[in-house]
Amino acid sequence: MQPAKEPARFPANLGVPAIRFIDEAGSMLLFLLSALRRIVSPHQFSKIVAQIYVIGAQSFFLIALIGIFTGMVLGLQGYYTLVQFGSEGMLGAAVALSLIRELGPVLSALMIAGRAGSAMTAEIGVMRITDQIDALEVMDINPISYLVSPRIVASIIAFPMLTAVFDVIGILGGYLTGVVMLGINSGVYFYRIENATTMTDVSGGFAKSVAFAILVTLACCYKGYMAHTRTDGAGPVAVGNATTSAVVLSCVFVLMADYVLTSVLL
Amino acid sequence: MSLDDKHITAKKSKAWDIELCDLRLGYGDTVVLEHVTDTFPGGKITAILGGSGCGKSTLLRHILGLRTPMSGQIYLDGRDIFTMPKKEFRRMRRRMGVLFQDGALLGALTLGENVGLPLTENTRLSKSVIRDVVRYKLSLVGLEEFADYYPNELSGGMRKRAGLARALVMDPPLLLCDEPTSGLDPINAAQMDQLLLSLKQEFPDMTIVTVSHDLASVKTIADHVLMLHNKTVIFAGSGEELYASEDPYVRRFLSRKAVPGKITGIELSSEVRAELDRWISQ
Ligand SMILES: Nc1ncnc2c1ncn2[C@@H]1O[C@H](COP(=O)(O)OP(=O)(O)OP(=O)(O)O)[C@@H](O)[C@H]1O
Ligand SMILES: [Mg+2]
Repeated sequence: MQPAKEPARFPANLGVPAIRFIDEAGSMLLFLLSALRRIVSPHQFSKIVAQIYVIGAQSFFLIALIGIFTGMVLGLQGYYTLVQFGSEGMLGAAVALSLIRELGPVLSALMIAGRAGSAMTAEIGVMRITDQIDALEVMDINPISYLVSPRIVASIIAFPMLTAVFDVIGILGGYLTGVVMLGINSGVYFYRIENATTMTDVSGGFAKSVAFAILVTLACCYKGYMAHTRTDGAGPVAVGNATTSAVVLSCVFVLMADYVLTSVLL
Repeated sequence: MSLDDKHITAKKSKAWDIELCDLRLGYGDTVVLEHVTDTFPGGKITAILGGSGCGKSTLLRHILGLRTPMSGQIYLDGRDIFTMPKKEFRRMRRRMGVLFQDGALLGALTLGENVGLPLTENTRLSKSVIRDVVRYKLSLVGLEEFADYYPNELSGGMRKRAGLARALVMDPPLLLCDEPTSGLDPINAAQMDQLLLSLKQEFPDMTIVTVSHDLASVKTIADHVLMLHNKTVIFAGSGEELYASEDPYVRRFLSRKAVPGKITGIELSSEVRAELDRWISQ
């Protein structure tokens, strides 16, 4: 039986996870740096294109679906809030700004983390437990350069594009509820969008999505790459746990970075 | 004579030999093998024998520098692989051919792409040259028709043969095979032995290390045998010496005799057996 934890052990019990946390943060940073350093190496182009297809093109319909419903909900909620102040004409601005500044980058990143990110972790994790990564290393093919760098570049390209798709479709969703269903003048809707949205909003949104791209890919690739070092399971169980923790970590990263970036950009 | 002097004199031959010096290997705190000392002669075929789970794959992993030993040294071509500059070791390892126990082919690539991978990634050879090399290497293992198949569309034995084709693609001076013949039918297994022997003839400087349970194949191909048992080396020497050995475990291993006595020391109690029978017969 485990001895009961004495109060005197409390600092030690706090210390171990803290050290482990810092240790892992450090090794993630090194992992990222080594992936970034190898972006420009021979034979990367075709791998990047293949990954853009997986991360970007294959996520398109999911993003479109989430985008339209998010926009429709925003339209509904926004209308009933604004109508109380008699300013339902501002709906377009409200929908567009919330999408472009916040919801577009954040929700796209979360959805891609769930879809493409989890697949990355599982794929790399399986490669780890079946010796494929060792085999790469033995052939003197750097596994980080082979597996991680192309995914990071592909994400940096795909995330902003998917975010743009999300924004546009979301604005159309707001149009559906606000204009088509609730009867706001269509000209007013678009005029307000054009009037309220500045280039800073748009570029800020894209800056966020680039940051999220790096964080999500880092979390997902790292967790898969390290699947064999997990203490909460081995083999397929470790890959499953790695996938779960990669998605959770991606979400935490995205929301924390969102706060930091918003406070910097505002 | 210090160890280092010995290694300098040993370096004369062009073939790479492997020296293991008092190795202690394990995972975490668990020791898998200790006091492992032996030399795998260059240009010869060495077979590593031993029961399942005795640490044969673990030993190969360490020779490849994928894990560091708890203590002891490994000398490759006279140089300590864990103290030599990383870059140089990587250059040496690039030239080693390795067949992992279950092939370790990349699941995302076809067989042809897998076999050609070391060439596409590490050389500037043209696509057509690579295609020809891949076809030749696949034909050595009888898989030239399967170049466009993905690894999960093949049987275990075919994956193993494809893994060997990939290991051979750089004409390696050192070839390490983890159980090349397990999972193969007797004809293919014999062909695998033939292949290793013909490689030795074609490349007299190629050092081959193969892990095996297959006594027939050890008898035909091995110049040197290392046998592991009970966490350590139980026999090291030539094939003839192995068959002349008096060690009871070696004798049992060679004559394929089970450990005398009961199959298991554990008995099922009559209640458990009755309970089990009730469910099975339902
Ligand atoms: N990643 C690992 N972590 C901890 N222990 C391990 C690991 N891999 C292997 N072991 C242990 O090391 C021992 C030797 O394993 P190894 O795979 O080297 O055996 P082997 O001789 O190759 O067996 P087989 O002939 O069945 O392939 C086993 O007892 C195993 O439990
Ligand atoms: Mg093994």
